[in-house]
Amino acid sequence: MNARVLVAKPGLDGHDRGAKIVARTLRDAGFEVIYTGIRQEPALIARMAAQEDVDIVGLSILSGAHIALTRSTVAALKEANVGHAKIIVGGTVPEADIAKLKELGAADVFPTGTRMEDLVSRCRALVEERNKPLNERRQGQRRNAAFPGAVRR
Amino acid sequence: MSAGRASAETLLSQAQSGDEAALGRLLSLVEKGGEPAQEISRHCHPKTGGAFTLGVTGAPGAGKSTLTSSLATVLRERGFRLAILAIDPSSPTSGGAILGDRVRMATHAQDDDVFIRSMATRGNLGGLSVATSGAVRVLDAAGFDWIIVETVGVGQVELAISRAADTTLVVLNPGWGDEVQAAKAGLLEIADLFAINKADREGTEQTERELRQMLSLRSSQSDWSPSITCTVATRGESVETLLDNIIEHRQWMEENGELDERRASRAWSELEQLVIARLVREASEMLTPGNHPDLARDLADKSTDPVTAAAALHKSHFPKRTAG
Ligand SMILES: Nc1nc2c(ncn2[C@@H]2O[C@H](COP(=O)(O)OP(=O)(O)OP(=O)(O)O)[C@@H](O)[C@H]2O)c(=O)[nH]1
Ligand SMILES: [Mg+2]
Repeated sequence: MNARVLVAKPGLDGHDRGAKIVARTLRDAGFEVIYTGIRQEPALIARMAAQEDVDIVGLSILSGAHIALTRSTVAALKEANVGHAKIIVGGTVPEADIAKLKELGAADVFPTGTRMEDLVSRCRALVEERNKPLNERRQGQRRNAAFPGAVRR
Repeated sequence: MSAGRASAETLLSQAQSGDEAALGRLLSLVEKGGEPAQEISRHCHPKTGGAFTLGVTGAPGAGKSTLTSSLATVLRERGFRLAILAIDPSSPTSGGAILGDRVRMATHAQDDDVFIRSMATRGNLGGLSVATSGAVRVLDAAGFDWIIVETVGVGQVELAISRAADTTLVVLNPGWGDEVQAAKAGLLEIADLFAINKADREGTEQTERELRQMLSLRSSQSDWSPSITCTVATRGESVETLLDNIIEHRQWMEENGELDERRASRAWSELEQLVIARLVREASEMLTPGNHPDLARDLADKSTDPVTAAAALHKSHFPKRTAG
């Protein structure tokens, strides 16, 4: 599978314990996790996502600024031509904000306390979902495609 | 347009004009292998030769990423564009990896002329050296002046990498006779230069002395003797000198034809790896027991023997070759 996930910590809070636990959990589940350190700006997260060609961009946010940071990361990813990467948001997100985050473009939200098994299975589902539409599209385009095999993992 | 369906040519021209998502995509496709990788190789190869590739290897925690980042700073001051390929081992149990080298390279996060890509070793070493050579080829074709490949020197990984680099820098630390022993084991053979990093620590001079002694015992046909630079990567100390030494080695290789020779033999060894990988794949298909029910039965009831059966099987698959 070799799915790739960028784990980033946007915003100003400096705690990355949660992000590191998530990174290790995903590593143990077979993901390639690109760990990027604390206090990243959305534009720089998007740039790393482009360079690393990741399937998922994980934002760990404890500062309470999850709405604004998710909105600007979604925009930055589009700007960097990586609008296809799935965004997941974890951290101190109140139940009431989950729908809003999804509306803004988050593919899934994992508030503090989410079971790690759930995180893993839902990330796997995202990767599968991400591969599927391209595979289907490819069926119709086989003749023109320069790379018959060039679909997402 | 989605990069997933673009041709190698399109992706490469996008990458050359600074689209990092297109370049990221090309690197993933190369890593994955198969037909897309072949197509990419074909388009990139004629455009290579402009970049100089430096391999940086050494024990875990030696300061390779920090030193790579400091070297990048000096290269940028001198006006070069560069790409960094940071390779970390995949977990043998889960196949996953944590790729954290770029945390140490954060000073270049905003610099458009520094491209950083993390890569996991993913399984076998033959595969790793093929994927690394493929990635270096893409970065070269994309127009970078320098490519730095960081890899942790454990076991045979560094050998796989040294196949992809023009010059190999081995990073050691002071205070550890073991380090030099490690160097003796494998790193010594592949080193064109040494850095004794963390030279702000005790024992630097002694390590340097031990290393020099060991190098003097080395029986080498080459008239290049590896330089040793004592660096403090965290403060950028002596990193200019280190880069000058690297460039000196480059010039030496350019002048005596060694660089062309190395590149040619690298291309050949990549070809070898690829052919071997194909043959192994073919052979394992050929050997699927279900494909030869008769032979399996004959072996079991002793109407044939393994040696005869192997020769016959080989002959039936490769009829042009005489049995060996
Ligand atoms: N004192 C001192 N510490 C250093 C120096 N260079 C690097 N370090 C520290 O050594 C630690 C490891 O540095 P890295 O650059 O991550 O080492 P690495 O070899 O890339 O590590 P891996 O990729 O994990 O094998 C970090 O805490 C650095 O800050 C140095 O010159 N002096
Ligand atoms: Mg490192």
